[in-house]
Amino acid sequence: MSQKNLLLGDEALALGALHAGLSGVYAYPGTPSTEITEFIQVHPLTAGRKVHCDWSSNEKTAMEAALGMSYAGKRALVCFKHVGLNVCADPFMGSAMTGANGGLVIASCDDPSMHSSQNEQDSRFYGAFAMMPVFEPSNQQETYQMTRAAFDYSEKRGIPVLMRLTTRMAHSRAVVENGEDIREQNTLHYPEKPRQWVTLPVNARVRNRELIKDYAGFEEDAVSSPFNSLTEGKDNSLGIIACGIAYNYLMENFPDGCPYPVLKVSQYPFPRELARQLAARTRRILVMEEGQPLVEERLAGVYPTGIQICGRLDGTLPRDGELNPDAVRKALGLPALPQYPSSEVIAPRPPALCQGCGHRDFYTALNNVLKDYAGARVFGDIGCYTLGWMPPFNSLDTCVEMGASLTMAQGAAYSGTWPAVAVIGDSTFTHSGMTGLLDAVNGKADVTLCISDNLTTGMTGGQDSAGTGRIEAICEGLGVEKEHIRTIVPLPKNYPDMEKVIREELEYHGVSVIVCRRECIQTLRRHAAKK
Amino acid sequence: MKKDIILAGVGGQGILSIATVIGSAALEQGLYLKQAEVHGMSQRGGDVQSNLRLSSAPIYSDLIPRGGADLIVSLEPMEALRYVPYLAPDGWIITNTTPLVNIPDYPEMDKVMDALNAFPQVLALDVDSIAKDLGSPRGANMVLLGAMSAVLHILEPEKLREGIRRIFARKGDAVVESNIKAFDAGLAHFQNR
Repeated sequence: MSQKNLLLGDEALALGALHAGLSGVYAYPGTPSTEITEFIQVHPLTAGRKVHCDWSSNEKTAMEAALGMSYAGKRALVCFKHVGLNVCADPFMGSAMTGANGGLVIASCDDPSMHSSQNEQDSRFYGAFAMMPVFEPSNQQETYQMTRAAFDYSEKRGIPVLMRLTTRMAHSRAVVENGEDIREQNTLHYPEKPRQWVTLPVNARVRNRELIKDYAGFEEDAVSSPFNSLTEGKDNSLGIIACGIAYNYLMENFPDGCPYPVLKVSQYPFPRELARQLAARTRRILVMEEGQPLVEERLAGVYPTGIQICGRLDGTLPRDGELNPDAVRKALGLPALPQYPSSEVIAPRPPALCQGCGHRDFYTALNNVLKDYAGARVFGDIGCYTLGWMPPFNSLDTCVEMGASLTMAQGAAYSGTWPAVAVIGDSTFTHSGMTGLLDAVNGKADVTLCISDNLTTGMTGGQDSAGTGRIEAICEGLGVEKEHIRTIVPLPKNYPDMEKVIREELEYHGVSVIVCRRECIQTLRRHAAKK
Repeated sequence: MKKDIILAGVGGQGILSIATVIGSAALEQGLYLKQAEVHGMSQRGGDVQSNLRLSSAPIYSDLIPRGGADLIVSLEPMEALRYVPYLAPDGWIITNTTPLVNIPDYPEMDKVMDALNAFPQVLALDVDSIAKDLGSPRGANMVLLGAMSAVLHILEPEKLREGIRRIFARKGDAVVESNIKAFDAGLAHFQNR
């Protein structure tokens, strides 16, 4: 039955996927993508249809499992934050070469302005890189409908579809009316062209040429797509290309209708023919896109001379950060609304580790010990505990990406850093740290790995962590000597014991692992409330 | 009619419970709504805000422009000040007066209150104490919702009470009633200001 619900963009995507006949979601938590999978996990259709919804260890295993489901003819969804696409870049690129059998949709959620991320990378570049179509909805209702369309397109064209959301779409709620047609899941069936699923050069060369030809077809599809449209305007002094949610900020400034011709783009490859039609109407084109200037860069030099392209590259819009109604207003030459100046009384309030969090006690003990080691460097990783870089702890020297702590520590140790300490969370360790630990064991590196184990994936809200209950066994299995796998409980009363253990393992010139284990206080409270 | 609201506070204070009640009432009334939330890293004790937009006509942007907010509703006084560039010249600030001090350089309270009181339309009330006096310390958010309901207009207070009943129904009658009481106390506080 058709229903109206208030849904996040993430939830609209999830519901669209379930209604499209989804058989499995494969994901690793990451802001702003986490709620897609969480919505599917608790939806009644999921249990009734046995939709796979367990978290994967990382984005690469997620992407590969989903590709396997597509190979078997069923519909699969992969979800992660934008940097997760880097982790699974290998199977992602490979999936364009194999193509899709059952519908395969890859939802990558970008975070322009870096609300909760380490960079602003724009997933649309990966679409062009892999020669894969990209769908970029402009509102929550469109997100619901477009997800279904993405599965249909994937099956019709035999190609995975990359769906790109950005923070403001993923984490903004609006009324979404769902359709009445809840499609059945696919039955098990295998690809009609089995050769392209074995990417030996002999097959890949053939498939590559086919994909190049298909990609031109994807662009023709984008020209005629209902998600892309060129609307006329009364005033042709300016033409506007609005991609994804940039369209909303444009229309926000023209409640009675935009006076300029507008090309709204939500499906890629970029429909160049529509851009040519827009250029025939105007001498100046303003490109509005959330994220990096992908379209703008590609248009530079494409038009005949005399057509000016404006956007993020020439400063008409800010070069970085997410778009907003004010930046777009300025780019349109409209005056700012009357407004109060910023208050001078306010102080910044950065995020901090929760009071009572075990990471706090771990850092306190670590700092106490490292006071005696002037040469120490601490290599951090991605998670709540990255906040240990901030005052009052100031414990970390680096943080780059998932899993980099232990491997960077090895490189530094080999270069003469001592002691080289790595700090990683339990979920990040099983995501991307285990292979690095194997390297350390094989290389007999002089490093101390501290796994701050809070029994959950904390930063994203407390999802299951893949190695819970088996962290020491994993380390032992990877070859760390049993007597150098130590477990401590991070509590103020244990500081003397904790410091003794840390000191002993720093002084051991080989691979040591200190598992520092206490449940996340957020999940602890939730578990207590349930009881 | 449209109302643009900035909900402000500190991660963990629960500004989203206010949004949930308003959202439920808006959906029931067939209003258009957009509500941009903050998840992830900033939730850990940092400043948080949610842009909540209600309208009888379709809404495009998920974000409110500077100078466009009809209301700033804040669970923390300094956090109300953080968003004043977004306040419309004739907009209302409805804020809690109890500071949440989790930073070393929190400004002097007198200065915070003076800065707030310099705005033409401000209601500052101690929602924590009001809720505590009612015997429902967890109802502070609903006190604030009650106070703002006096100037919300697009949704009548009774529609918000219905929203509270729907949202808290599964927690039992006692929880519903204590939240309604908190709501009414906030509303009365505005009316008797």
